[in-house]
Amino acid sequence: MIQFVLKRLGTTIPTFIGVSIITFLFIRLIPGDPILIMAGERGMSAERHAKLLAQYGYDQPLWQQYWDYLSGMLRGDLGISFRTKRPVWDEFFALFPATLELSVCAIIFSIIIGIPSGIVAAIYRGKWPDQLLMSTALVGFSMPIFWWALLLIIFFSGTLGWTPVSGRISLLYYFPAETGFMLIDAWRSGQEGAFRSAIDHLILPTIVLGTIPLAVIARQTRSAMLEVLSEDYIRTARAKGLSPFRINGLHALRNALIPVITVIGLSVGTLLAGAILTETIFSWPGIGKWMVESIRSRDYPVVQGGLMLIAGMVMLVNLFVDLLYGIINPKIRKS
Amino acid sequence: MAIVDTQIEAIEQQRPGRFREFWNYFSENRGAVAGLIVFLSFILIAIFADVLAPYSPSDQYRDHLLQPPFWQEGGTTEFLLGTDAVGRDMLSRLIHGARFSFFIGLIVVSISLLSGVTIGLIAGFVGGWVEIMIMRLMDVILAFPSLLLALVMVAILGPSLINAMLAIAIVLQPQYVRLTRAAVLAELPKDYVTSARMVGSGTLRLMFITVLPNCLAPIIVQAALSFSTAILDAAALGFLGLGAQPPKPEWGTMLSEAREFILRAWWLVTLPGLAILITVLSINLMGDGLRDALDPKLKRS
Repeated sequence: MIQFVLKRLGTTIPTFIGVSIITFLFIRLIPGDPILIMAGERGMSAERHAKLLAQYGYDQPLWQQYWDYLSGMLRGDLGISFRTKRPVWDEFFALFPATLELSVCAIIFSIIIGIPSGIVAAIYRGKWPDQLLMSTALVGFSMPIFWWALLLIIFFSGTLGWTPVSGRISLLYYFPAETGFMLIDAWRSGQEGAFRSAIDHLILPTIVLGTIPLAVIARQTRSAMLEVLSEDYIRTARAKGLSPFRINGLHALRNALIPVITVIGLSVGTLLAGAILTETIFSWPGIGKWMVESIRSRDYPVVQGGLMLIAGMVMLVNLFVDLLYGIINPKIRKS
Repeated sequence: MAIVDTQIEAIEQQRPGRFREFWNYFSENRGAVAGLIVFLSFILIAIFADVLAPYSPSDQYRDHLLQPPFWQEGGTTEFLLGTDAVGRDMLSRLIHGARFSFFIGLIVVSISLLSGVTIGLIAGFVGGWVEIMIMRLMDVILAFPSLLLALVMVAILGPSLINAMLAIAIVLQPQYVRLTRAAVLAELPKDYVTSARMVGSGTLRLMFITVLPNCLAPIIVQAALSFSTAILDAAALGFLGLGAQPPKPEWGTMLSEAREFILRAWWLVTLPGLAILITVLSINLMGDGLRDALDPKLKRS
């Protein structure tokens, strides 16, 4: 096991360094002088230009700049945003809870609907419930989610007037962000209707962000269940005369869930990519919207640092899922 | 030797042709056949867009602004699917949008497939530190959420359709590298490769003529999947304003232009997205069928 952990870490560390080099080089590959881009139309004097170059470290040799970037990163320093003049690191972790809250809700939504759908489809293999569920899953899998979001807005916000269109909570409520998670903060504020308003704002973004993971989980659960249901021990359980509920629920599901858990863990990247579109459409103040705005306004320290932190997070989760998988399934450790 | 050869030939003749066998499996799956039909009509629409479209996608009819489709009150059969905010015919724009999406899918899949398969073959054949370097680099690309990486690359290269396609191709390429390398590693120890080596085949011949044809099944399935991913991602970039630029009738760009009319003119928002969904769905249906027919091991029961 220790050998497996070390081997897995041995591939993660070079990847981490590679990611840091790529994010570093991206900014240097951009044609033009980053300081002049920051100044925009206004322009600046030669002295001020030289001073800013030195301040941001752009006058150093490339390897020195990379070293400063890497060592700064390990100390929690990813530079200063051109736009807000605040540290990139602080901005990221101030906005991250909003994205995390949305992602957690989306993944819960997709699990609650996806796993039962997959089980039902597997049990009724080839019959109409299977065909209906799997066709729906394929439609969800093929969905352009930015369009799906607009459709839901037209129907639920426009026609029915049930849900708000943007933001995390109604402007009527104000309380300090203690945890950054709106549901918790709204609950703790004790203001009447605040919690309800936070939930209303979460519904549509959750559905939109959860749609593709939902389809993937349903398909994966179905195929894992089918594989397990054809195993000998299921036949034995049937022969023993166990109830279908015991067979499907206890014996089959428990083993079918292992690959499903992996799929859920590995969908973090999909969620973050989906968050870019979802947050932009619903004006959700998370890191997805922050990245798009920074890319549009050429805020290069934010693009570089945000990209690095997001990739780092994806790598950490993947490492964690792999290690977890290695604990559950010893066969994996050898390959 | 001669006797063995004729025996093998005799057996070969009894087997149905390779394509025949593939088609038998593929046509069993009704969804896949439906997907194929829709996809073929999509290709025909894309090729004959100039002939099929009733108007030019950029002509503005200023007397017919935001006109609804013909079945709704206020719509006319002159503009079957209505017009947009500057009076352009929606149907013609959607038809020309098919051309963009087809072009995007084709270019992205060609670039990522050709470069990915070549790099994968090199990784599998050369081995050693070259392989390690290649695979680590692919891990690095895969560590970024694909859409985000494409966004940043487009921001660096400048927003345009060509740059968006390049960025998506780079993001999709690691899948091909991994698949090809894994397939090569599985094929290399087999006897036919050893015997080809023994008779003196060069490395290039071994790579492209001996081994590659036996690795094609998963690569073809991946090509179908990445065709639909390319269309979706390009539309997403267009929607975010970093892909095809207005007034090009690309479906994602059309959606982003339509956002401000979301509650006033449903057809502007609904139709381009529906076009994306139908196209992507047909390709994914086809991809499922391809996977079942080409790779019986993965066959869904």
